[in-house]
Amino acid sequence: MMEAAGRLGLDGMLVAPENAAEAALAGTVAVLAPTHLNEAVAVLAGTAPVPALPAPASAGGDAVHPDMADVRGQLRARRAVEIAAAGGHNLLMVGPPGSGKTMLARRLPGLLPAPTPGEALEITRIASAAGELAADAGLLGRPFRAPHHSASVAALVGNARLRPGEVTMAHRGVLFLDELPEFNRQSLEALRMPLEDGEVRISRAAGSVLLPARFQLIAAMNPCPCGLYGDPDRECGCAPQRLAAYRARISGPLLDRFDLQVDVPRVEAHGAGGEPTTAVALRVGLARQLLAERRPALGDEAEALLRQAADRRFLSGRGVDRAQRVAQTIAALSGETEVAPDHLAEALSYRAGSLG
Amino acid sequence: MTVLCRRRPGYPGRLLELHDPPAELHLCGEHLELLAWERPVVAIVGSRRAGDAGLGMARQLARGAAAAGALVVSGLALGVDAAAHEGALAAGAPTLAVLGCGPDVAYPRTNRGLYARILAAGLIVSEYPPGTEPAPWRFPARNRLIAALADAVVVVEAKVRSGALITADHALDLGRDVLAVPGWPAFSGAGGTNALLKAGAGLIESVEDLNGWLGLEAPAPGSADGDPVLAALRDQPGYPDELSARLRLSPAELSAALARLELGGEICRDGHGRWMPGSAARAR
Repeated sequence: MMEAAGRLGLDGMLVAPENAAEAALAGTVAVLAPTHLNEAVAVLAGTAPVPALPAPASAGGDAVHPDMADVRGQLRARRAVEIAAAGGHNLLMVGPPGSGKTMLARRLPGLLPAPTPGEALEITRIASAAGELAADAGLLGRPFRAPHHSASVAALVGNARLRPGEVTMAHRGVLFLDELPEFNRQSLEALRMPLEDGEVRISRAAGSVLLPARFQLIAAMNPCPCGLYGDPDRECGCAPQRLAAYRARISGPLLDRFDLQVDVPRVEAHGAGGEPTTAVALRVGLARQLLAERRPALGDEAEALLRQAADRRFLSGRGVDRAQRVAQTIAALSGETEVAPDHLAEALSYRAGSLG
Repeated sequence: MTVLCRRRPGYPGRLLELHDPPAELHLCGEHLELLAWERPVVAIVGSRRAGDAGLGMARQLARGAAAAGALVVSGLALGVDAAAHEGALAAGAPTLAVLGCGPDVAYPRTNRGLYARILAAGLIVSEYPPGTEPAPWRFPARNRLIAALADAVVVVEAKVRSGALITADHALDLGRDVLAVPGWPAFSGAGGTNALLKAGAGLIESVEDLNGWLGLEAPAPGSADGDPVLAALRDQPGYPDELSARLRLSPAELSAALARLELGGEICRDGHGRWMPGSAARAR
């Protein structure tokens, strides 16, 4: 509303004192927060001075995210998370319970650069509209949303009363879906439009509205319903048909939206702690800058390797495109301006679709 | 559909070595000559729930043996059985499936496509009349036919108690060769095969091993020698992180190497993210 007031060229806005701080975040027009009706009349009549605009609270990005240093071992999965952060790629992690999938996902927002002031404002505005903004919160950092798999379609994409769904709440941040196959199929299918367009259409009795939903999707799943498939120590009790049905719940088109897929096997708990978030975020930030300036071009050898992978049906048509984009991110992470064959080969190792 | 009666011409002599040969043999498919196959016949059996590695091995063995002239026999079950049939068909060779239901009943449903391909290029055999529904007790009985029809039985991935071991027992009783693919001890799918090996079964690690047992000549396929990652995996399968440490490669370098080898069909991954030599069965 404050932004609209700014666009209309209004002088100021009267708001209740409780909302004054939030309204001021928009930084558009003067915020008048009279504590009493008489005060409001006095201001409007020009008999009292316009109160000074309170200083806006600090910009976003100060949210505290857990640190990558806490993740022991899981070198390949950490690498996948780093690539996902650098390229804004959607990531699917497959591994047994307790292997650290959720831990890794929660650390991804911390690797992303702080939102620009415009992005922070969008994030804050959405939280405000949903009534989830604390009274004394400043501009918010990137959201991390982790809806439970029992979430309804309406809870995920928003409902007719314009309550934003999780896809909108995750705008400019991360939407984490743990136990992906346990989500109901309609909910998963409903994710396809926002994943494609960065916005979501909510239909109401009188027409429909578009809400922003530009999020990065991170999903996790067990290798089978009981989670023990392939476990070296314990027995998986899932019947083959049940296993197939479990995997079939993730439709091809949805699987196709994941740029990266990585196994997260269970490892010994005493593996070494890894690099801290600050170190990884530095590489991510540099890669993002490089990618924003110019996406690395595919070298001839890399091009040949990509064609070879496509010919051997390693990749679907969409997969070719995705492997190329992931390879560009990998090249950018090593500061290269051209995609080398090794970058492409590494990208191929994370291709989605082979669920064991 | 064809019916063959015991003590009538055309009834496979091998089945008469059983103490309870079926009175009738019901067949679907045109290629009756497969019952009188003169070159080696190999049964490839194993777990219905084998991992990618087991499936890849079954497929490779079947393909290699079939290409060298063997007839591959199995039970059209999910997992190893299906991979074995697939492998033989992939070599452009026929294959013979012995069912535990009527020969016209394409069970399990998942294997309907495979059933149709075997019907066209091979032969479907059963001791049960057409229309007989599958029942749990019919499958162990079916296994004795698989053993009897073969010169050698290869078990690829089997738990300690499994149908594949019943087939192996029958094979022993009949004096057929029993062969097994070894597995990692902690892996339950290796319990049955490793027990067979301890009891003296022939150890099969490759198509060359199998063709050696069967007395078949096979052209040795070229391989990417000298690749340290492939050599390490041949030494011992492993998870990427473990391999990174063993080979002193960064996760990025290792991932690139794994993808190249996988693309070349040299290595595959099990359902748990562990890599090993062999190519995965692509067809489901």
